[in-house]
Amino acid sequence: MTVSNLRLFLLPALGALLLAACSHAPPPWQLNDVRGHLPDLQFNLTSDTGKPVTAADFRGEYVMMYFGYTHCPDVCPLTLVHLHGVMQKLGAEADKVRILFVSVDPTRDTPQVLHQYVTAFDPHIVGLTGTPQQITAMAKRYRAAFNQDAQQSNGGYEVSHSSGIYIFDTAGHARLLGTSADTTDEIAHDVKLLVGQDS
Amino acid sequence: MKKLSYPFAFASLGLLLAGAAFATQSSPIKVEHGWVRWLPANLPAAGYAVIRNDGDRPVKLTGADSSDYGMAMLHRSMQQHGKDTMAMVDALSIPAHGEIKLAPGGYHFMLMDATHPIKPGDTVHITLHFADGETLQATWPVKPANAE
Repeated sequence: MTVSNLRLFLLPALGALLLAACSHAPPPWQLNDVRGHLPDLQFNLTSDTGKPVTAADFRGEYVMMYFGYTHCPDVCPLTLVHLHGVMQKLGAEADKVRILFVSVDPTRDTPQVLHQYVTAFDPHIVGLTGTPQQITAMAKRYRAAFNQDAQQSNGGYEVSHSSGIYIFDTAGHARLLGTSADTTDEIAHDVKLLVGQDS
Repeated sequence: MKKLSYPFAFASLGLLLAGAAFATQSSPIKVEHGWVRWLPANLPAAGYAVIRNDGDRPVKLTGADSSDYGMAMLHRSMQQHGKDTMAMVDALSIPAHGEIKLAPGGYHFMLMDATHPIKPGDTVHITLHFADGETLQATWPVKPANAE
Protein backbone atom coordinates (compact mmCIF):
# COMPACT_ATOMS: atom_id res chain seq x y z
CA MET A 1 0.00 0.00 0.00
CA THR A 2 1.44 3.35 -0.95
CA VAL A 3 1.79 6.00 1.70
CA SER A 4 -0.80 8.25 0.09
CA ASN A 5 -3.27 5.37 -0.17
CA LEU A 6 -2.65 4.39 3.41
CA ARG A 7 -3.29 7.96 4.50
CA LEU A 8 -6.55 8.11 2.58
CA PHE A 9 -7.62 4.78 3.98
CA LEU A 10 -6.64 5.73 7.50
CA LEU A 11 -7.97 9.27 7.67
CA PRO A 12 -10.97 8.23 9.79
CA ALA A 13 -8.62 6.24 12.01
CA LEU A 14 -6.35 9.24 12.41
CA GLY A 15 -9.31 11.43 13.31
CA ALA A 16 -10.34 8.96 16.00
CA LEU A 17 -6.80 8.89 17.30
CA LEU A 18 -6.64 12.67 17.54
CA LEU A 19 -9.86 12.67 19.56
CA ALA A 20 -8.46 9.96 21.81
CA ALA A 21 -5.32 12.03 22.25
CA CYS A 22 -7.33 14.67 24.14
CA SER A 23 -7.80 12.30 27.06
CA HIS A 24 -4.57 10.30 26.94
CA ALA A 25 -1.56 10.14 24.67
CA PRO A 26 -1.72 7.30 22.11
CA PRO A 27 1.14 4.80 22.16
CA PRO A 28 3.93 5.81 19.79
CA TRP A 29 3.29 3.25 17.05
CA GLN A 30 5.64 3.20 14.07
CA LEU A 31 3.06 1.42 11.89
CA ASN A 32 -0.53 2.43 11.21
CA ASP A 33 -2.88 1.88 14.14
CA VAL A 34 -5.97 0.13 12.72
CA ARG A 35 -7.61 -0.81 16.02
CA GLY A 36 -11.37 -0.88 15.49
CA HIS A 37 -11.01 -0.31 11.74
CA LEU A 38 -10.35 -3.83 10.49
CA PRO A 39 -12.22 -6.99 11.49
CA ASP A 40 -10.90 -9.53 13.99
CA LEU A 41 -8.89 -12.49 12.74
CA GLN A 42 -11.42 -15.05 11.54
CA PHE A 43 -11.09 -17.82 8.96
CA ASN A 44 -11.68 -21.46 8.07
CA LEU A 45 -8.75 -22.60 5.95
CA THR A 46 -6.29 -25.47 5.46
CA SER A 47 -2.79 -25.25 6.93
CA ASP A 48 0.41 -26.23 5.13
CA THR A 49 0.35 -29.51 7.06
CA GLY A 50 -3.00 -30.31 5.41
CA LYS A 51 -5.10 -29.82 8.55
CA PRO A 52 -8.21 -27.63 8.80
CA VAL A 53 -7.44 -24.53 10.87
CA THR A 54 -9.45 -21.61 12.17
CA ALA A 55 -8.43 -18.32 13.74
CA ALA A 56 -9.25 -19.84 17.16
CA ASP A 57 -6.14 -22.01 16.78
CA PHE A 58 -4.04 -18.84 16.96
CA ARG A 59 -5.74 -17.14 19.92
CA GLY A 60 -3.09 -16.46 22.53
CA GLU A 61 -0.49 -15.67 19.86
CA TYR A 62 0.38 -12.40 18.15
CA VAL A 63 -0.11 -12.76 14.40
CA MET A 64 1.61 -11.06 11.46
CA MET A 65 -0.42 -11.90 8.34
CA TYR A 66 0.59 -11.45 4.70
CA PHE A 67 -1.16 -12.47 1.47
CA GLY A 68 1.00 -13.98 -1.28
CA TYR A 69 1.64 -17.09 -3.38
CA THR A 70 4.47 -19.51 -3.98
CA HIS A 71 4.99 -18.79 -7.71
CA CYS A 72 6.13 -15.35 -6.58
CA PRO A 73 9.92 -15.38 -6.59
CA ASP A 74 10.62 -11.74 -5.78
CA VAL A 75 8.27 -9.69 -3.63
CA CYS A 76 6.75 -12.50 -1.51
CA PRO A 77 10.22 -13.79 -0.50
CA LEU A 78 11.25 -10.17 0.13
CA THR A 79 8.36 -9.73 2.58
CA LEU A 80 8.87 -13.14 4.24
CA VAL A 81 12.61 -12.45 4.64
CA HIS A 82 11.60 -9.12 6.15
CA LEU A 83 9.29 -10.83 8.65
CA HIS A 84 12.02 -13.40 9.37
CA GLY A 85 14.28 -10.41 10.18
CA VAL A 86 11.59 -9.03 12.52
CA MET A 87 11.47 -12.41 14.30
CA GLN A 88 15.24 -12.33 14.80
CA LYS A 89 14.98 -8.84 16.31
CA LEU A 90 12.21 -9.98 18.66
CA GLY A 91 14.54 -12.52 20.30
CA ALA A 92 12.71 -14.55 22.97
CA GLU A 93 9.43 -12.71 22.22
CA ALA A 94 9.38 -14.38 18.79
CA ASP A 95 7.92 -17.50 20.38
CA LYS A 96 4.74 -15.55 21.09
CA VAL A 97 4.40 -14.48 17.45
CA ARG A 98 3.11 -16.39 14.43
CA ILE A 99 3.46 -15.42 10.77
CA LEU A 100 0.48 -16.39 8.59
CA PHE A 101 1.14 -16.58 4.85
CA VAL A 102 -2.27 -16.72 3.14
CA SER A 103 -2.15 -18.01 -0.43
CA VAL A 104 -4.04 -16.02 -3.04
CA ASP A 105 -3.32 -18.80 -5.56
CA PRO A 106 -5.13 -21.81 -4.05
CA THR A 107 -5.17 -23.65 -7.39
CA ARG A 108 -1.39 -24.07 -7.47
CA ASP A 109 -0.68 -23.74 -3.75
CA THR A 110 -1.37 -27.18 -2.36
CA PRO A 111 -0.51 -27.66 1.34
CA GLN A 112 2.60 -29.64 0.25
CA VAL A 113 4.07 -26.86 -1.94
CA LEU A 114 3.09 -24.24 0.60
CA HIS A 115 4.80 -26.22 3.38
CA GLN A 116 8.11 -26.41 1.50
CA TYR A 117 7.88 -22.72 0.64
CA VAL A 118 7.12 -21.29 4.10
CA THR A 119 9.53 -23.52 6.04
CA ALA A 120 12.36 -22.31 3.78
CA PHE A 121 11.96 -18.84 5.33
CA ASP A 122 11.20 -19.15 9.05
CA PRO A 123 10.00 -21.85 11.47
CA HIS A 124 7.25 -19.52 12.79
CA ILE A 125 5.41 -19.27 9.46
CA VAL A 126 2.17 -21.15 8.86
CA GLY A 127 0.97 -21.33 5.26
CA LEU A 128 -2.79 -21.15 4.71
CA THR A 129 -4.70 -22.20 1.62
CA GLY A 130 -8.28 -23.23 0.86
CA THR A 131 -10.97 -23.27 -1.77
CA PRO A 132 -11.09 -20.25 -4.10
CA GLN A 133 -14.31 -19.21 -2.29
CA GLN A 134 -12.65 -19.40 1.14
CA ILE A 135 -9.64 -17.40 -0.06
CA THR A 136 -11.82 -14.77 -1.74
CA ALA A 137 -13.84 -14.35 1.47
CA MET A 138 -10.65 -14.02 3.53
CA ALA A 139 -9.14 -11.41 1.18
CA LYS A 140 -12.43 -9.47 1.10
CA ARG A 141 -12.57 -9.39 4.90
CA TYR A 142 -9.23 -7.57 5.01
CA ARG A 143 -9.83 -5.49 1.87
CA ALA A 144 -6.86 -7.33 0.41
CA ALA A 145 -8.26 -7.61 -3.12
CA PHE A 146 -6.25 -9.77 -5.47
CA ASN A 147 -6.54 -10.65 -9.13
CA GLN A 148 -4.99 -13.19 -11.42
CA ASP A 149 -3.16 -11.57 -14.32
CA ALA A 150 -3.40 -12.79 -17.92
CA GLN A 151 -2.07 -16.27 -18.56
CA GLN A 152 1.30 -16.42 -20.32
CA SER A 153 2.17 -18.61 -23.31
CA ASN A 154 3.73 -21.24 -21.02
CA GLY A 155 0.56 -21.48 -18.91
CA GLY A 156 2.07 -19.52 -16.04
CA TYR A 157 0.43 -16.49 -14.50
CA GLU A 158 1.07 -13.86 -11.85
CA VAL A 159 -1.28 -12.76 -9.10
CA SER A 160 -1.42 -9.13 -7.99
CA HIS A 161 -2.13 -9.00 -4.28
CA SER A 162 -2.23 -6.75 -1.22
CA SER A 163 1.17 -5.69 0.10
CA GLY A 164 -0.20 -5.26 3.65
CA ILE A 165 1.31 -6.83 6.76
CA TYR A 166 -1.62 -7.17 9.18
CA ILE A 167 -0.80 -7.46 12.87
CA PHE A 168 -3.29 -8.96 15.36
CA ASP A 169 -3.12 -9.20 19.15
CA THR A 170 -3.62 -12.38 21.21
CA ALA A 171 -7.40 -11.82 21.25
CA GLY A 172 -7.42 -11.70 17.44
CA HIS A 173 -8.11 -7.96 17.23
CA ALA A 174 -6.53 -6.18 14.23
CA ARG A 175 -4.10 -3.66 15.70
CA LEU A 176 -1.53 -2.49 13.14
CA LEU A 177 -1.00 -2.35 9.40
CA GLY A 178 2.35 -2.05 7.67
CA THR A 179 4.14 -3.14 4.50
CA SER A 180 7.62 -4.42 3.67
CA ALA A 181 8.50 -0.73 3.17
CA ASP A 182 8.44 -0.41 6.98
CA THR A 183 11.83 -1.43 8.39
CA THR A 184 12.31 -4.56 10.50
CA ASP A 185 13.19 -2.24 13.39
CA GLU A 186 9.87 -0.38 13.08
CA ILE A 187 7.83 -3.58 12.89
CA ALA A 188 9.76 -5.23 15.77
CA HIS A 189 9.33 -2.05 17.85
CA ASP A 190 5.56 -2.17 17.49
CA VAL A 191 5.26 -5.91 18.12
CA LYS A 192 7.36 -5.51 21.29
CA LEU A 193 5.11 -2.64 22.37
CA LEU A 194 2.02 -4.82 21.83
CA VAL A 195 3.55 -7.68 23.83
CA GLY A 196 4.62 -5.23 26.55
CA GLN A 197 1.10 -3.78 26.88
CA ASP A 198 -0.32 -7.20 27.60
CA SER A 199 2.27 -8.51 30.02
CA MET B 1 35.66 -6.64 -5.67
CA LYS B 2 39.24 -7.71 -5.01
CA LYS B 3 41.77 -5.02 -4.26
CA LEU B 4 44.61 -5.00 -6.76
CA SER B 5 48.14 -4.27 -5.69
CA TYR B 6 49.59 -1.14 -7.30
CA PRO B 7 52.27 -2.88 -9.39
CA PHE B 8 49.65 -5.27 -10.68
CA ALA B 9 47.23 -2.44 -11.36
CA PHE B 10 49.84 -0.57 -13.37
CA ALA B 11 50.70 -3.69 -15.33
CA SER B 12 46.98 -4.17 -16.00
CA LEU B 13 46.65 -0.56 -17.08
CA GLY B 14 49.48 -1.15 -19.56
CA LEU B 15 47.67 -4.19 -20.89
CA LEU B 16 44.46 -2.19 -21.10
CA LEU B 17 46.18 0.56 -23.08
CA ALA B 18 47.77 -2.04 -25.34
CA GLY B 19 44.33 -3.52 -25.84
CA ALA B 20 42.70 -0.19 -26.60
CA ALA B 21 43.08 -0.77 -30.32
CA PHE B 22 40.75 -3.70 -29.93
CA ALA B 23 38.22 -1.76 -27.87
CA THR B 24 35.30 -3.20 -29.79
CA GLN B 25 36.19 -6.63 -28.46
CA SER B 26 36.21 -5.70 -24.75
CA SER B 27 32.74 -4.96 -23.52
CA PRO B 28 32.05 -1.80 -21.51
CA ILE B 29 29.29 -3.73 -19.72
CA LYS B 30 30.02 -5.43 -16.39
CA VAL B 31 27.75 -7.74 -14.43
CA GLU B 32 28.51 -7.67 -10.70
CA HIS B 33 27.15 -9.05 -7.42
CA GLY B 34 24.90 -11.53 -9.21
CA TRP B 35 22.96 -14.09 -7.16
CA VAL B 36 19.88 -16.26 -7.25
CA ARG B 37 17.32 -16.68 -4.48
CA TRP B 38 16.57 -20.41 -4.29
CA LEU B 39 13.02 -21.62 -3.74
CA PRO B 40 11.94 -25.21 -3.06
CA ALA B 41 9.60 -27.48 -5.05
CA ASN B 42 11.08 -26.36 -8.39
CA LEU B 43 9.24 -23.04 -7.98
CA PRO B 44 10.44 -20.10 -10.09
CA ALA B 45 13.51 -18.43 -8.58
CA ALA B 46 14.71 -14.83 -8.92
CA GLY B 47 18.10 -13.66 -10.19
CA TYR B 48 19.63 -10.35 -9.18
CA ALA B 49 22.75 -8.39 -10.23
CA VAL B 50 24.17 -4.95 -10.76
CA ILE B 51 24.76 -4.22 -14.44
CA ARG B 52 27.22 -1.42 -15.09
CA ASN B 53 27.80 0.35 -18.36
CA ASP B 54 31.22 2.01 -18.57
CA GLY B 55 30.69 2.91 -22.20
CA ASP B 56 29.82 6.27 -23.79
CA ARG B 57 26.50 5.04 -25.15
CA PRO B 58 23.44 3.66 -23.41
CA VAL B 59 22.90 -0.07 -23.77
CA LYS B 60 19.70 -2.05 -23.62
CA LEU B 61 19.31 -5.29 -21.71
CA THR B 62 16.74 -7.37 -23.58
CA GLY B 63 16.74 -10.65 -21.68
CA ALA B 64 18.69 -13.68 -20.58
CA ASP B 65 18.89 -17.41 -20.93
CA SER B 66 20.48 -20.13 -18.90
CA SER B 67 21.49 -23.74 -19.41
CA ASP B 68 20.28 -24.34 -15.85
CA TYR B 69 16.72 -23.08 -16.40
CA GLY B 70 14.19 -23.64 -19.17
CA MET B 71 13.27 -19.97 -19.16
CA ALA B 72 14.61 -16.66 -17.85
CA MET B 73 12.33 -13.63 -18.02
CA LEU B 74 13.04 -10.01 -17.16
CA HIS B 75 10.39 -8.87 -14.67
CA ARG B 76 9.66 -5.92 -12.47
CA SER B 77 7.82 -5.93 -9.14
CA MET B 78 5.96 -2.82 -8.08
CA GLN B 79 3.84 -1.67 -5.18
CA GLN B 80 0.85 0.19 -6.60
CA HIS B 81 -2.41 1.17 -4.90
CA GLY B 82 -1.61 -1.05 -1.94
CA LYS B 83 -0.90 -4.02 -4.16
CA ASP B 84 2.18 -5.99 -5.08
CA THR B 85 2.25 -6.56 -8.83
CA MET B 86 4.70 -8.08 -11.26
CA ALA B 87 5.05 -7.25 -14.94
CA MET B 88 7.18 -8.51 -17.79
CA VAL B 89 9.77 -6.04 -19.09
CA ASP B 90 10.79 -6.07 -22.77
CA ALA B 91 14.03 -4.15 -22.33
CA LEU B 92 15.88 -2.19 -19.73
CA SER B 93 18.08 0.73 -20.69
CA ILE B 94 21.37 1.30 -18.90
CA PRO B 95 22.65 4.86 -19.34
CA ALA B 96 26.20 5.65 -20.47
CA HIS B 97 28.53 5.51 -17.47
CA GLY B 98 25.64 4.34 -15.34
CA GLU B 99 24.27 1.20 -13.78
CA ILE B 100 21.01 -0.52 -13.01
CA LYS B 101 20.34 -2.69 -10.02
CA LEU B 102 18.29 -5.84 -10.37
CA ALA B 103 17.33 -6.19 -6.70
CA PRO B 104 14.55 -7.66 -4.52
CA GLY B 105 11.32 -5.68 -4.87
CA GLY B 106 12.22 -4.28 -8.31
CA TYR B 107 13.77 -5.57 -11.52
CA HIS B 108 14.79 -9.24 -11.51
CA PHE B 109 15.11 -12.27 -13.72
CA MET B 110 12.42 -14.85 -13.11
CA LEU B 111 14.16 -18.21 -13.57
CA MET B 112 11.75 -21.04 -14.33
CA ASP B 113 11.77 -24.77 -15.03
CA ALA B 114 15.21 -25.74 -13.69
CA THR B 115 16.80 -28.28 -16.04
CA HIS B 116 18.31 -30.21 -13.10
CA PRO B 117 17.92 -30.10 -9.31
CA ILE B 118 19.36 -26.84 -7.95
CA LYS B 119 20.03 -26.11 -4.28
CA PRO B 120 21.55 -23.34 -2.18
CA GLY B 121 25.35 -23.36 -2.52
CA ASP B 122 25.23 -24.26 -6.23
CA THR B 123 26.26 -21.85 -8.96
CA VAL B 124 24.25 -21.26 -12.11
CA HIS B 125 25.19 -19.89 -15.50
CA ILE B 126 23.31 -16.93 -16.93
CA THR B 127 23.79 -15.36 -20.35
CA LEU B 128 22.58 -11.77 -20.62
CA HIS B 129 21.41 -10.46 -23.99
CA PHE B 130 21.67 -6.87 -25.16
CA ALA B 131 19.90 -5.06 -28.00
CA ASP B 132 23.06 -4.68 -30.09
CA GLY B 133 23.45 -8.46 -30.18
CA GLU B 134 26.10 -8.58 -27.49
CA THR B 135 25.90 -11.35 -24.91
CA LEU B 136 27.59 -11.58 -21.52
CA GLN B 137 28.20 -14.74 -19.53
CA ALA B 138 27.86 -14.68 -15.77
CA THR B 139 28.07 -17.28 -13.01
CA TRP B 140 25.86 -16.58 -10.02
CA PRO B 141 25.77 -18.26 -6.60
CA VAL B 142 22.47 -19.77 -5.44
CA LYS B 143 21.53 -18.53 -1.96
CA PRO B 144 18.91 -19.86 0.50
CA ALA B 145 15.30 -18.66 0.32
CA ASN B 146 15.75 -16.40 3.34
CA ALA B 147 19.00 -14.74 2.17
CA GLU B 148 18.95 -10.96 2.71
